[in-house]
Amino acid sequence: MSRRLRWRKFVSHFMLTMTGLCALVATAVLFFILGYLVYHGGTSISWNFFTKLPAPVGETGGGMANAIVGSAKLLLLACLLGVPIGFFGAIYLAEFSGGTIAFVVRYAADLLNGVPSIVIGIFAYSLVVLPFKHFSTLAGGFALGLMMIPITLRSTEEFLRAVPRALREGAMALGASQWKTIASVVVPAAYRGILTAILLAFARVAGETAPLLFTAFGNRFWSPGWDQPTASLPVMIFTYAIAPYSLPVMIFTYAIAPYDDWHRQAWAAGLVLLGLILIINIIARVILSRGVAVPRT
Amino acid sequence: MASVRSAVSVKITPPVSVPTSREAQAPLVMRMTVAKVNFYYGPKQVLFDINLNIATNKVTSLIGPSGCGKSTLLRTLNRMHETVRSSRLEGEILIDNQNILAQDVTALRRRVGMVFQRPNPFPKSIFDNVAYGLRINGVKGSIHDAVEKSLRHAALWEEVKDQLHKSAYELSGGQQQRLCIARALAVEPEVLLLDEPCSALDPISTAKIEELLVQLKDLCTIVIVTHNMQQAARVSDFTAFLLMGQLIEFSPTPQLFTTPTDARTEAYITGRFG
Amino acid sequence: MVTTTTTVPSAGPIMGSRSFLSKLRDGDEIARLVTFIFAGSVVLITLLLVFELWRESYLPRHKFGFGFFVTSVWDPIFDKFGALPFIYGTVVTAAVALLIAVPLGIGAAIFLAELAPARVSDTLQFFIDLLAAVPSVIYGLLGVFIVIPMMRQYIQPALKNSLGFLPFFQGPAYGVGFLTAGMVLAIMVIPYIISVSREVLISVPRDQREAALALQREAALALGATRWESTWKVVLPFARTGIMGSIFLALARALGETMAVTMVIGNTPTISASLFSPGYSIAAVIANEFTEATGDLYLQSLIELGLVLFLLTFLLNGMARLLIVVTSQRGSGMGQA
Repeated sequence: MSRRLRWRKFVSHFMLTMTGLCALVATAVLFFILGYLVYHGGTSISWNFFTKLPAPVGETGGGMANAIVGSAKLLLLACLLGVPIGFFGAIYLAEFSGGTIAFVVRYAADLLNGVPSIVIGIFAYSLVVLPFKHFSTLAGGFALGLMMIPITLRSTEEFLRAVPRALREGAMALGASQWKTIASVVVPAAYRGILTAILLAFARVAGETAPLLFTAFGNRFWSPGWDQPTASLPVMIFTYAIAPYSLPVMIFTYAIAPYDDWHRQAWAAGLVLLGLILIINIIARVILSRGVAVPRT
Repeated sequence: MASVRSAVSVKITPPVSVPTSREAQAPLVMRMTVAKVNFYYGPKQVLFDINLNIATNKVTSLIGPSGCGKSTLLRTLNRMHETVRSSRLEGEILIDNQNILAQDVTALRRRVGMVFQRPNPFPKSIFDNVAYGLRINGVKGSIHDAVEKSLRHAALWEEVKDQLHKSAYELSGGQQQRLCIARALAVEPEVLLLDEPCSALDPISTAKIEELLVQLKDLCTIVIVTHNMQQAARVSDFTAFLLMGQLIEFSPTPQLFTTPTDARTEAYITGRFG
Repeated sequence: MVTTTTTVPSAGPIMGSRSFLSKLRDGDEIARLVTFIFAGSVVLITLLLVFELWRESYLPRHKFGFGFFVTSVWDPIFDKFGALPFIYGTVVTAAVALLIAVPLGIGAAIFLAELAPARVSDTLQFFIDLLAAVPSVIYGLLGVFIVIPMMRQYIQPALKNSLGFLPFFQGPAYGVGFLTAGMVLAIMVIPYIISVSREVLISVPRDQREAALALQREAALALGATRWESTWKVVLPFARTGIMGSIFLALARALGETMAVTMVIGNTPTISASLFSPGYSIAAVIANEFTEATGDLYLQSLIELGLVLFLLTFLLNGMARLLIVVTSQRGSGMGQA
């Protein structure tokens, strides 16, 4: 074997091993993230975390009860906006529409999907915050709902289209009108994919912070109703994590304890948030894998 | 299958005496009539001046080589052609002397049912599949009895009676097709259209379904499209031969297969092309 | 499976040429209208978004005009706003991110698509998909508490010692800055590069050209090419366009990324060649200063920055889609068997 050939073989083995390393590094990151969160956050999760309101600034103790409830309310609003538009819009695209309108709607959805989340926040601000002159849960829910629309729309459309034409024809041949066919045959046939789409969209917006910064803003207390600013898990993580840079240094030079406390709560919140998101993702993918002839999104 | 016949509730015109092999002009009632039908997909004409009578309680088969228009013609009979946007129909199609094109299409499709080439049961239970047509047409009364009746007519009841709530997809291909037949029969159609119902099935299932069709004649009028000439010869009373969108010959089956009048018919049935 | 006589379109809208009245009676027309309203609202919302961005940024557009993009002064007190530092920061962090993520991502994609057995590939892809689902603020959290100290104590000093003669690695090591933000961004966009590239690479052979490719591969191997050479010289060029598309997609994501960047970049509007320097990005400044903006000019300048960001990501996403679609069309050939 010539020297040159030996070199080329070596290069080949080397490069291929490198690609394996790349894949390993990329996958390992996920476990690193989880590991750190579990380690730092696991020790900080307590009953207090879930049940107490944040303590006054500079004091220790306190929890994120209002942020948890706030996030829940925001996500509820988001679903109320995002799911119907996505679902019924997809039905229109898959079952009723002609070429041009479908193209325009899809293009708009893709465009909306690509808008940076902070810009969605600006839009929600100008639409919901400015006219009412205060931050609100409504504005935050609106922003998150906007982000859910394209995901549910495009995925649901794909799954509806994947339902074989033969099923539709079978129903119509029995005398079912178009909407009855859709409601009683097509949608049930595609329900796994549609559910997955909604879950994934939900998980995506559950972690969004930027759009909430100037819509729902924040709140260290309970926020009853829908027209008050509200705390949310992602924003609390952000606030607590950057505390050293954002709050008066004095508080923290004279009392390290509150800083450490916020530190810990940020980890705990991070663990809770990521745990929720990952679990939803895994559930969604499991549902999908059990389905019959579904397309990959 | 005496049990099947005894379970039949007769809702149709009394059977006409079967004509002898030579005589096709015996007093037959015509359930459906196709008159001067021309059919287009967009600019392309696919059926040319079709005139055809479908006799009540008989099996009429449509045969011809691939692309001759037999499936297209079948689908006009229950207006399924309308699912394709570019389709255009000229002429008249009558059922009991009423133009089907002037009627409400969903009511029409309850009277004229269809079974497709590949079994297409819904992703529901066996019971819900058969009950589907009844439910969407708002049938009151005992659905369970109606489902049992249809499954018996389709010669499927004995095989599935203990598993009515299992998914239809767990049945074999032949069983699924019989399920589709039961589903179509559940709404008690006057005419049943079958589009190459056995082409995706194995020989044993095919034989079962052919046996079924001969018995279903008493229940309703049957029109079947088949690419299998032997099948047409076995099950049908009347046969129509189509070629390139034209109706070449339409006669009682024995006559068409033994003494065809058109040279092209003879060429087809002797296998010179197909 | 194609029936002999009909040219049946793919499973999709089954429309009728029935009379309007009969459709109305069946409720189909109502269903159509209702669903149309929902679908149309998507278009309306998007149009409204663009309109609002445009409308709410007229002050700085009129006052600064094009100068907005080349001024590097950001002085709220004197009402002078220039976008340059933020554009610079956005571009630099994105560049650093891509420099790290592209080789890693394509390498991983090659491994997953060409070398790994199917089950391993699918399992790893599952984890990569989960990685893509991790929200930005979590990356930021880890960035603040783990990456910044690591940078400050180990990585930046090491770089300074070894490569300090380059202008990129000079200056005090704070831990925050362009480099840190770029690194965090890199981790965030890798999953996108991997997913899209992997799909593109997998789809290339499975088409009518598989014979040609297999032949080429085999020919290459028969001629004595090594496994790597055949991958690098034959498979990759086929997928080149699609991979470019994945890079554009990743870039678009990196540009719009807000939380992680703002938590580690240092939030100082500086333009500096040194990657150790704290900086700012468009998204970060909007996030930090929006609620504190006093006066309309200030606020609208931030909104104009948002408009810039929107346009950038719009263009990039559009190009990315085009490239990916072109590749998949080339790969699958025109028409089916």
